[in-house]
Amino acid sequence: MAQNVHGYKGSEDYIASKPLMEIVNVAIALGKPLVIKGEPGTGKTLLAHSIAQALNKRIIVWNIKSTTKAKDGLYVYDTVQRLNDARFKDKDISDIRQYIKLGKLGQAFTSEDQVVLLIDEIDKADIEFPNDLLNELDEMSFHIPELDEEVVAKHRPIVVITSNSEKELPDAFLRRCIFHYIDFPDPEMMERIVRVHYPDIETRLVREAIKRFYMIREVDGLRKKPSTSELLDWIKALHLGGISIEKISSEIPFLGTLLKNEQDTGRFIRVATSQGGFGFKRKY
Amino acid sequence: MFTDFFYTLRKKGVPVSITEWISFIEALYQGFFQSSINHLYWVGRAFLVKSEAYYDMFDEAFQEYFGGIATEGVELDKVLQWLENPLNRLPKLTPEEMEEFRRKMEEFQRQHNMDELMRQFRERLKEQHERHDGGNKWIGTGGKSPFGAYGYHPGGIRVGGESWMQSAMKVADERRYRNYRNDIILDVRQMKVALKKLRELKREGAEEELDIDETIDKTAKEGGEIELVFNRSRENTVRLILLMDTGGSMLPYSELCDRLFSAASQMEHFKEFRHFYFHNCIYQDVYEDMANYKRVPTEKLFSNFHKGYKLIIVGDARMAYSELFDVNGCIDYFYTNDKPAIEWLLRIREHFPHSIWLNPTHKNFWGHYTVDTISKIFPMFELTLDGLKDGIKALTSKAKQPVLN
Repeated sequence: MAQNVHGYKGSEDYIASKPLMEIVNVAIALGKPLVIKGEPGTGKTLLAHSIAQALNKRIIVWNIKSTTKAKDGLYVYDTVQRLNDARFKDKDISDIRQYIKLGKLGQAFTSEDQVVLLIDEIDKADIEFPNDLLNELDEMSFHIPELDEEVVAKHRPIVVITSNSEKELPDAFLRRCIFHYIDFPDPEMMERIVRVHYPDIETRLVREAIKRFYMIREVDGLRKKPSTSELLDWIKALHLGGISIEKISSEIPFLGTLLKNEQDTGRFIRVATSQGGFGFKRKY
Repeated sequence: MFTDFFYTLRKKGVPVSITEWISFIEALYQGFFQSSINHLYWVGRAFLVKSEAYYDMFDEAFQEYFGGIATEGVELDKVLQWLENPLNRLPKLTPEEMEEFRRKMEEFQRQHNMDELMRQFRERLKEQHERHDGGNKWIGTGGKSPFGAYGYHPGGIRVGGESWMQSAMKVADERRYRNYRNDIILDVRQMKVALKKLRELKREGAEEELDIDETIDKTAKEGGEIELVFNRSRENTVRLILLMDTGGSMLPYSELCDRLFSAASQMEHFKEFRHFYFHNCIYQDVYEDMANYKRVPTEKLFSNFHKGYKLIIVGDARMAYSELFDVNGCIDYFYTNDKPAIEWLLRIREHFPHSIWLNPTHKNFWGHYTVDTISKIFPMFELTLDGLKDGIKALTSKAKQPVLN
């Protein structure tokens, strides 16, 4: 435990804010699941990867879909395979164990070393899904009735849970977790983030692009504000396209990489032209 | 004492639970806050606040609680004074919560050696005393932080004398929880849980679910040769239309209706979800937006949506007699209706046999003439958790035609 207290300090390609680092460390030390919320593209998922990388641990990713059941994460009993094998004499089917396949949570529990378990986009699943995992995450163990065996975590995995707040998470679940909302980075932080990804791109271009980017984000009534990943794409496009800096400030080239639906683009153009002076032209 | 912070938080509206507070205190005890107000703020927030919606309230509470002790020098007396029970700031906890708190406290005391705690506490006090010239912000929190908190639990009880736990009787006497009782409101989640019951599972889509019974039957018939039988998986086929009143008398309930709306629209549970608005009563048009600009002819509801759709109408059903029964009775002077609203309501009910009316007003106020009439057309339920549950039940059960006398 102790060696982890000051363990996580961000990793090479991920910049964590100081509070976030501290929170990650406390969560690791106390063995509590960490719930991360924030706008899309603020690096919620990347955080888990970064923790794994920084602490040199294996990462197990459990991507949640709308059809995911809590039990899928524990284990699956492959009855069909067993039934199928029963036809042939060459296999011994009396051993149920070979048909029990551990899910992501089960794998994390049985791993020989401590792992980072990322439960990605938990809000995608059914509204009761988090409640079904309460006990498993609390006790870090579950029971397999088919084998009458208890799977107990050898090392409490570092659990990182991300949510896009599509659905609200149940209180009982949240009570057991540590929660952090990743703020949208400020321009300074953003510059550092961009630097991590594209160390070679000219600083002036990056600054100018970031300035424009925040201006676009401030336009009221956008259905989807451009996020970090869009900015990164945009900067890359600007760089590859060899767009001059003057051009970025006078018009917004490749607007399509930032705003991804017609209504937003329309809205932006309207606002930009009504405010005048910017001379924005739509250009893809 | 530190526990005050708990109440400050709750006072400001942050829903901190005891579990969260205890884990916060435990973290405090294990020294995770490193005597720094920044740590306390960021990490403390991660423990105590579980939604960004409450961050602002947390800030307020933090400011109020930790802002005031900025430059005070620390004297032993004062610290002891801090340690005294906050008698005049009695907790707003229900008796059950109180009981749980007490239980947790005892558990906590059992787990941690009290004498050891007291010794550390005194030591830290001494340190603080010596350091008090510095008089920095930290004295109130950093110095106290690891100890203040549990200083409260066992220490508070010892040092402070009277425990506020015992004064629960006094609290009960004053009926501090009276306001709490009205606080039981429907939140979005509860509504979603209620709405979840609204489902009709039908087998649809690709055949990908193994039908075990059929497989066993078939396999047995084939004499052991395995024959897998797949079935379509079951999907919810409920299509829901929400019709909401935006009339002036609904204004007090707008928040409640908002919640119902967000619950229904956030559910990815329905096959289809549509919503429309109306003003006071339904005539030949309903509206797509709340401001009632985008008209949709009510006829369209009949032509576009078949009778399998479930319909929930939300409104107080209170209006002038003429609004319901008269031609051109609509409250809006610019709007003319050549058919009285009651005819439209009857047609809607006829077309959508699975329909209910949710009324945000209390049942006691349903004595109004129009409410009475409308409740004879649509089964009417209160927009409360129970009402919603009953309503959903009515929606999923066999449709009954209205009995109008």
